[in-house]
Amino acid sequence: MGFYVVKRLLSAIPTLFIIVTISFFLIRLAPGGPFDLERPLEAKVMENLRKIYQLDKPLYEQYWLYLSALMRGDFGPSFFFRDFTIRELFANGLPISMRLGFSALLLALVVGGTLGVVAAFRQNQAADYAVIGLATFGITVPTFVIAPVLQIVFGLTLAWLPVGGWNDGALRNTVLPILTLALPQIAVIARMMRAAMIEVLRSNPIRTLRANGLPLSVIVRHALRGAALPVVSYLGPAAAALLTGSVVVETIFGIPGVGRYFVDGALNRDYTLVMGTVIMIAVFVMAFNLLVDIVYALIDPRVRYE
Amino acid sequence: MAAADLNAPAPQPAGVPVLAIRDLDVRFRTGDGELRAVKGVSFDVAAGETLAIVGESGSGKSQTMMAVMGLLAANGAATGSVTVGGEEILGLSPRQLNRFRGRRLGMIFQEPMTSLDPLYRIGDQLAEPLLAHAGMSRKEARARALELLTLVGIPRPAERLDSYPHELSGGQRQRVMIAMALANRPEVLIADEPTTALDVTIQAQVLDLLADLKRRFGMAIVFITHDLGIVRRIADRVVVMKSGQIVETGRTEEVFAAPREAYTRMLLAAEPTGRKEPPPADAPPVVEARDVRVSFNLRKGWFGGGDRELVAVDGVDLLLRRGGTIGIVGESGSGKSTLGRAVLRLVPSSGTVRFEDRDLTSLDRSAMRPVRRRMQLVFQDPFGSLSPRMTVGEIITEGLLVHEPAITRAERNRRAAQALEEVSLDPASRNRFPHEFSGGQRQRIAIARTMILKPAVVVLDEPTSALDRSVQKEIVELLRDLQRRHGLSYLFISHDLAVVRAIADEIIVMKSGKVVERGTVDGIFRDAHEPYTQALIAAAFLSKEAGPAA
Repeated sequence: MGFYVVKRLLSAIPTLFIIVTISFFLIRLAPGGPFDLERPLEAKVMENLRKIYQLDKPLYEQYWLYLSALMRGDFGPSFFFRDFTIRELFANGLPISMRLGFSALLLALVVGGTLGVVAAFRQNQAADYAVIGLATFGITVPTFVIAPVLQIVFGLTLAWLPVGGWNDGALRNTVLPILTLALPQIAVIARMMRAAMIEVLRSNPIRTLRANGLPLSVIVRHALRGAALPVVSYLGPAAAALLTGSVVVETIFGIPGVGRYFVDGALNRDYTLVMGTVIMIAVFVMAFNLLVDIVYALIDPRVRYE
Repeated sequence: MAAADLNAPAPQPAGVPVLAIRDLDVRFRTGDGELRAVKGVSFDVAAGETLAIVGESGSGKSQTMMAVMGLLAANGAATGSVTVGGEEILGLSPRQLNRFRGRRLGMIFQEPMTSLDPLYRIGDQLAEPLLAHAGMSRKEARARALELLTLVGIPRPAERLDSYPHELSGGQRQRVMIAMALANRPEVLIADEPTTALDVTIQAQVLDLLADLKRRFGMAIVFITHDLGIVRRIADRVVVMKSGQIVETGRTEEVFAAPREAYTRMLLAAEPTGRKEPPPADAPPVVEARDVRVSFNLRKGWFGGGDRELVAVDGVDLLLRRGGTIGIVGESGSGKSTLGRAVLRLVPSSGTVRFEDRDLTSLDRSAMRPVRRRMQLVFQDPFGSLSPRMTVGEIITEGLLVHEPAITRAERNRRAAQALEEVSLDPASRNRFPHEFSGGQRQRIAIARTMILKPAVVVLDEPTSALDRSVQKEIVELLRDLQRRHGLSYLFISHDLAVVRAIADEIIVMKSGKVVERGTVDGIFRDAHEPYTQALIAAAFLSKEAGPAA
């Protein structure tokens, strides 16, 4: 197992290299550049800027310079957020996005998982239909509708919680964004858990438990472990997506996370910011997929990695 | 209960049946309306007796006992009365039912491979009924689990406590299931076809184990089976079921000696009977295989070091003449199916295979295609091998589209009707879908699919194993008939020597990829040298004796 993890970590290096290379050239293929404004800059100013940011060098040299800086852990300066390096931007924003994402994930797992299990045990009864209805609602209604509704209800009408802002991460300020992030995940996890549970409850091992007169608590324990497998597979990519921030939620609630950088960076042709975002997401996706595979092997003894 | 000695006989209440079933009805709500699977069934199980419930698939024998255990599917419901030692248990809540299940009633199932939870260790699963019912501590339960594993004859039981189910064979898993069901010394053990999924030699071992445990514990056994050989061997009394009703019941010897009902007589006579005429000695060879060897590489992946090689077929020769049938027998994993596929060149192999006068070894895919038409294959699973989305006509004529693309739709249709007639199915059924047919009918469809191409050789891979005995007999008769009419040659792969005896001229016995014994059918049955072959024959004899003078 340890050997397998090392192997997976080593194989991440070429993968990252390919991702970095493709994104480096792709973003530069897009028309326009980081300093194109509606009112064009004076030629002299432009030339100066390009020189400072080394955009005047040939492309292959830029690529080489970027790669060698990357090796040293230097992601370069942001082209748009002047006076900030990419590293500083992420050092400030990533903990915020991760805190929101992690809380949302935990909430989704607990609430969605519980709803799914309850629905499976009450299949085709009122509770089951309620869960299915809620899940369909959570999947179909987009975040940019849910967020303003929550703001209006809890922020303006009831005035229980602030409408937006980060306020140094005060708990009151995190409730609505976490809820908004979690709701669609609750829906997806509840549905998956329900389907997996129903299948497991009909399976032969559970029939054996029933035939041996084992109490519901034992049946639930066995069924949960079996039904956890598909949910765990889903959680890898979902966690990577949640922890790297959400543009919509961060924009609507005015949260200084990193989710918005993907859109900001691309629109502003902030080459280094786009690269930083791509690398961050790639690392998260690979890390969580590895984590999922490890958890999978812990749950299912038939899975063995060599 | 906790202190009970495993070897002490169970208390035997006099007179009162341990299990009494009265007017039991089982109904299922289905898309096509209500299905009444069990219709007013009544019988008693006396303490310490072995009662067999026999019947073909769909007779309601399993559902009767599933209803007793409260294990019916969600769309099923049971009415009537089921009493255990005088207490009514039908209609109890699961919690109330758990005072009986696992304590006074135990049950084991047909599917040993999937009946244990793959995610938990054997010892932990065995401990669960002890923790739940006997009020033991974890430590006591583990000690008892070890005793139970020893009792059911699991080798190296202490190690096995920490094994996972996938590390055990099917026979061992069924032993674990038995240990679990008997953990709390139930008065009745319900065994639903517990040996059907096991190899024949393992079957015999499990039956011996059950008989032994019954002697020691004095529990009653309700044994659900379609196999009359097993009934004769173990049962005191028999209940014969058909279409949800009991048609006959009585002491085993009496029912076997003088069956009153036509259905019972049909079941008893359902062994494949008769023999095949061997082809003339000068019949031309159709398939000649020399030194066939098939191996699979079990790769370990990069850095993994040396690959391991699994030899599935190890240097087998065979000669099949026109009109001849070679029976290839052996247990699962013996390489018999792989040999069949190697002859058809469906798996890569070394050695030579000649078909008629051509060497197939050197042919590439396109050169093989015209040969493929003449060498066909029928599979074991009549449910999995027919596409549920195609009509029977489409399934049967699909091969024609490849091998005779020029013929018209009308001609294809005509040949489909002809092929169906040949396997005694209504030609009109070609517009219907596979799910509308029974297992035996589906196997006829699978045979029609090969016959339409007018093959010379057909490899039949356990074509009767998934079928009821009476249906097996019909399929064997159909195959013999088709062979006679068209001069076909068969490779008949099976683990069941009773069926092979009725259809083959020669028998090849395989074990671990090698031929351990070969000879004519009579020769093998008269004096098999290998203990392995003798075990296979003994296992087949279980069933064979059941028929009155086969």
